[in-house]
Amino acid sequence: MLGYDVSWAAFNIVEVMSSSKFTYKRIGYLAASQCFHEGTDVIMLTTNQIRKDLSSPHQYDTGVALTGLSCFVTPDLARDLANDIMTLMSHTKPYIRKKAVLIMYKVFLKYPESLRPAFPRLKEKLEDPDPGVQSAAVNVICELARRNPKNYLSLAPLFFKLMTSSTNNWVLIKIIKLFGALTPLEPRLGKKLIEPLTNLIHSTSAMSLLYECVNTVIAVLISLSSGMPNHSASIQLCVQKLRILIEDSDQNLKYLGLLAMSKILKTHPKSVQSHKDLILQCLDDKDESIRLRALDLLYGMVSKKNLMEIVKKLMLHVDKAEGTTYRDELLTKIIDICSQSNYQYITNFEWYISILVELTRLEGTRHGHLIASQMLDVAIRVKAIRGFAVAQMATLLDNAHLLTGNTQRNGICEVLYAAAWICGEFSEHLEDPMQTLEAMLRPKVATLPGHIQAVYVQNAAKLFATVLRKHEGETDSQAAQETSQLLIDRLPLFVQSANLEVQERASCILQLVKYIQKLQQKNVEVAEEVTALFAGELNPVAPKAQKKVPIPEGLDLDAWINEPPSESESEDEKPKAVFTKEEHKHSRSRHTEVDEKELARRREVRKQEQANNPFYIKASPSSQKVYDAPGVEHIPVVQIDLSVPLKVPGMPTSDQYLKLEEERQQKEKAERKKKEKKKKREKRGKERKADSGPESEEDIRPAHQVDIVTEEMPENALPSDDDDKDPNDPHKALDIDLDKPLADSEKLPVRTHRPEVLKSPAEDRVNESIPQETNKGSGKEKKEKKKGKEKDRKRSKEEKKKKKHKEVEEELLESQPEEAIQSEETKEATAPPTSTSTEEETAPSSAAAVDTSSAAAPESEPDEPKDAEPEDTKSSKHKKKKQKKEKEEKEKKKKKRHHHHHHHSDAGGEDSVQNGTVEEEEPLPPMSNYSLLAENSYIKMVYDIQGNHQDESKVVVSVIFENKSDSFLKSMEFNVLDSLNSKLQRPEGAGPHDSLTVPFQLPPGVSNEARFVFSVQSIVMPQKLKGTLTFIVKSDESSTHEKLDFKLHFTCTSYLITTPCYSDAYAKLLESGDLKGSSLRLEGISMPFHHLLARICFHHHFSVVERIDSCASMYSRSIQGHHVCLLVKTSDQTVSIDAKCDEPSLLGNVLDEIKQTFSKC
Amino acid sequence: MIKAILIFNNHGKPRLIRFYQYFAEDMQQQIIRETFHLVSKRDDNVCNFLEGIYFTLIYRHYATLYFVFCVDSSESELGILDLIQVFVETLDKCFENVCELDLIFHMDKVHYILQEVVMGGMVLETNMNEIVAQVELQNRMEKSEGGLSGAPARAVSAVKNMNLPEIPRNINIGDINIKVPSLSPF
Repeated sequence: MLGYDVSWAAFNIVEVMSSSKFTYKRIGYLAASQCFHEGTDVIMLTTNQIRKDLSSPHQYDTGVALTGLSCFVTPDLARDLANDIMTLMSHTKPYIRKKAVLIMYKVFLKYPESLRPAFPRLKEKLEDPDPGVQSAAVNVICELARRNPKNYLSLAPLFFKLMTSSTNNWVLIKIIKLFGALTPLEPRLGKKLIEPLTNLIHSTSAMSLLYECVNTVIAVLISLSSGMPNHSASIQLCVQKLRILIEDSDQNLKYLGLLAMSKILKTHPKSVQSHKDLILQCLDDKDESIRLRALDLLYGMVSKKNLMEIVKKLMLHVDKAEGTTYRDELLTKIIDICSQSNYQYITNFEWYISILVELTRLEGTRHGHLIASQMLDVAIRVKAIRGFAVAQMATLLDNAHLLTGNTQRNGICEVLYAAAWICGEFSEHLEDPMQTLEAMLRPKVATLPGHIQAVYVQNAAKLFATVLRKHEGETDSQAAQETSQLLIDRLPLFVQSANLEVQERASCILQLVKYIQKLQQKNVEVAEEVTALFAGELNPVAPKAQKKVPIPEGLDLDAWINEPPSESESEDEKPKAVFTKEEHKHSRSRHTEVDEKELARRREVRKQEQANNPFYIKASPSSQKVYDAPGVEHIPVVQIDLSVPLKVPGMPTSDQYLKLEEERQQKEKAERKKKEKKKKREKRGKERKADSGPESEEDIRPAHQVDIVTEEMPENALPSDDDDKDPNDPHKALDIDLDKPLADSEKLPVRTHRPEVLKSPAEDRVNESIPQETNKGSGKEKKEKKKGKEKDRKRSKEEKKKKKHKEVEEELLESQPEEAIQSEETKEATAPPTSTSTEEETAPSSAAAVDTSSAAAPESEPDEPKDAEPEDTKSSKHKKKKQKKEKEEKEKKKKKRHHHHHHHSDAGGEDSVQNGTVEEEEPLPPMSNYSLLAENSYIKMVYDIQGNHQDESKVVVSVIFENKSDSFLKSMEFNVLDSLNSKLQRPEGAGPHDSLTVPFQLPPGVSNEARFVFSVQSIVMPQKLKGTLTFIVKSDESSTHEKLDFKLHFTCTSYLITTPCYSDAYAKLLESGDLKGSSLRLEGISMPFHHLLARICFHHHFSVVERIDSCASMYSRSIQGHHVCLLVKTSDQTVSIDAKCDEPSLLGNVLDEIKQTFSKC
Repeated sequence: MIKAILIFNNHGKPRLIRFYQYFAEDMQQQIIRETFHLVSKRDDNVCNFLEGIYFTLIYRHYATLYFVFCVDSSESELGILDLIQVFVETLDKCFENVCELDLIFHMDKVHYILQEVVMGGMVLETNMNEIVAQVELQNRMEKSEGGLSGAPARAVSAVKNMNLPEIPRNINIGDINIKVPSLSPF
């Protein structure tokens, strides 16, 4: 909270959250939203509390819970509560609806499986009568679509309609932003959008909307291939509007205008370039953000013609700029602008080198390494410039004290690294290598960072080689020996260096020079051999070259090179039998084959590595090119203007190049005129002839014929693009095709009205009509499938339409025939046999599996995946209907028998049925306390009983009613026959036998929860209450009165309340001796211990006090204050539970119930 | 999505921190610190958008307080700017001439108001009347329950006995009323 850790209060927060008073609940949820996160362990305690609050009759309880949950939803919570939230999406209050819709986004993120089942309802909410809900739905879909736009293309017509009809600027902005994301995928959409967007641009007064419209139009234009005449009009409109924004006095608009402008720049640079004046003006703005945006724009605006001019302007800004961040930004921009697309716009590299050298005068910049790498890059890749570059670098080295002068942490000294390397590597271009060599061996160098010193030492050796050769060429052995002496004198300084790299190189070279000196004294010619040490051409290697080396055919990188060491000793002791020998031979021959390829590959890689490594001393001069023959024909001739003095004394200035450039342009112009008269006049005239062709304005002849060496790639490199997507992106999981029909297995793990329930034993007892059941289920599947089909059809229609260039709105008109088809399909759906048979088919197989295990839950598990498969083939099975019908008869019988079997095995187990599937792989299987109360063809009721903290004689029964029929259910009345012990709480004035009206009506397919309070006196015994629900079924033509009987089962567990207990208090309680003990043994429990504990906690409202290995103590309290303590131990599938409680009969019953829970799984 | 909402005063003291994406506390502090450094050195007459280190920052400066919204690219800049205005005007309505002290002493209420505007990082409601109405209704509900004074005695004593290092006695703050300029809606 406020940036401080309050995790110590986590448990207290949970307590406050569970208060029944809104005042505290609100505070609790606020605190939770501030400090809970996925790592908070007490979150798992809140699931039930949140579910309760979500289904609270007070809208603000629900609202507060939703708001809180939105901040700390975890994957577990999302999975457990997804269905509750989905129900809330059709809440009567728009206040709740919009919150529920918004929170779904968070749920999707944490639990992507929920997206497909929830999406249809989310889509409905786009057309909700309440604008707030509508805006929330738009919001959520926009967030989803931004990450995976292609899955939401089918919604485009709907959004299009919204866009043309909505007046809410917020919604419009969101939709327009969404379209911006969709258009790149569907250019046809863009064509349709342009007109309404242009209208909006013209009509709206809201700047924000205008801006977003312009933005989306830009996106549309980018996605469309240019060429259509009216599009240039749209661009003009956009640029024009943006100019208005930029010229506005409001800085915000100016900023956004520039931002949008940079987007246009990418595709239509010409239309932006005409506003260069405006953008350069923005560079002088006092607002840094605006200046930075303007810089971005400059990047795209340069051409060969204006590069020098723009950079000159930037250099002026660099001098003026205050604050290092902005100056650094300018520096990187200059380098970016110049180096973009392989130095495309640079016509004069001498100018660029001078710019770089000028930039080194910047004080305190962090980007020394950037300048250095540019210097290296240019010097290596532009062969023609090397001479000039080396001269400049030599000057830099000579004046190194200027760079390193004041501060050690100065980042600019990095350029010396480049300077030293360039001077060493291309030392043949040096005018006076001796002077540079001396500069590099000054004692001051020792203050430089280690890696730079290392380069100095290495390159001093290269220079030494050059100097030697020069002197030997002149047969000046005296000078050569002096050079050796210089090195021998100076190098010991580096040998003492603390830096390992420097030390190693220095001592190595020192010994070498000493040896050379010896040879020199014997008058041996050594220069040739010394030069050979550093011979060889260096080519730049592409940054991804290593990655792109293809794996040779037949090489399996995962295979063992040697056989893995065998574990058992007996193998080693085996006598060398004949067959093992053979095996060995075989494997070895294969290995060598692989090895050769591998070796070849490695060699290749190594060569490249060496080539790339400036420190690497080439070992075999014979195989490499020697400096003397650097392939003269490849070196392009430097075109030197006679008017240009090549060697600039002292520090160069780039300005002169600008002047030169201008001069030259003028000259050229003049020449062009002369050219008419005299064709062969000057060298340059000739040259231009070679260039040939009429010169367009853009075509500026570069000062040097630049051969930019391309980066080397390994042979047969894979042309694969690198997938730069972040694998951890949570949105990746949401990349789900939403148009596919829902498969049955994809349903949300529903606690309330789960499809699995129909296979659970509890239900069997209540409802014997199995065939009807399955029909019902298949009906649902059909419906979902139908929806999918509908969508498919819609899509195909859409495409057709687009071809015809119809308006999108026409879709609405076409919806009528669609409906006709739909009704046809419903007829089909009501014809049961096909899908019933498929469902039945799967039953026997699962029955076989279950027979032995005698467990109820697993039955549904094999069903699930299989259900989905036959579904897909169902439509093709229509012809087989009749055959199947026959089969069906047999299978029905089988199934009945099989269900019967369950009936036996689970006699007595009725409450808290596990949620169908038990997935062992998952850390904690989903659990639910809702169990079936009663069900018929119209309605299904599931219920859960919870104790109440505040009142020791009350329990709350939450009943979820689900309408299974196609009719409207209303006037539901709930009544229970009271017993002496337990009574339904009725409003004041009502008689003891009056029924309670359920406060809602149920449209088809909807479920809702109602809560009833019961007062109980004794809680030591479980109890059953008989009751009835009466309701009116209203269909189109008739309405009938229906009745459903049920039995409410109050278990002893339902009187327990999860109460935390600290271990010291727990110990005291046990010591007090008031408690009576009892124990229980469970055999054959194979689930992990923490699952077991979780189950006890969840189903029986216990909390874990302490856990040590496979032993845990647990605590719970009844609503009347009885303490219940458990000690749970497990070993080898046997779980023993020792229990203590101050009320023995309560304890006995609770233990019985625990036993039942585990006998069922 | 809105990633975080920060309110701090001219000295960088946080008054309301609301993260919609989890960060550990030290990271939160760092974000607040860096955001303050970025925002505080800007003049009042420069633009209200800023490319932060982690997100885009959209902020407004009212009297002694900075209201900073950290958002990603899916939000409209001008829209959020307007949302800040809506939020501040709502605060002004609920507290009647809101000032920094209101935010200090009624932090919970400020949060409740914010909860009606933004939920889980997404804009929930932009209509000021609707927001005020919902806040009022909930406050009334709280009142009907007896408010916080109806807390269990145990909790009250626990709070009283809380060992706070030092409680500032005299807080002297000058004119800190946030003057809400009436801006034209966007």
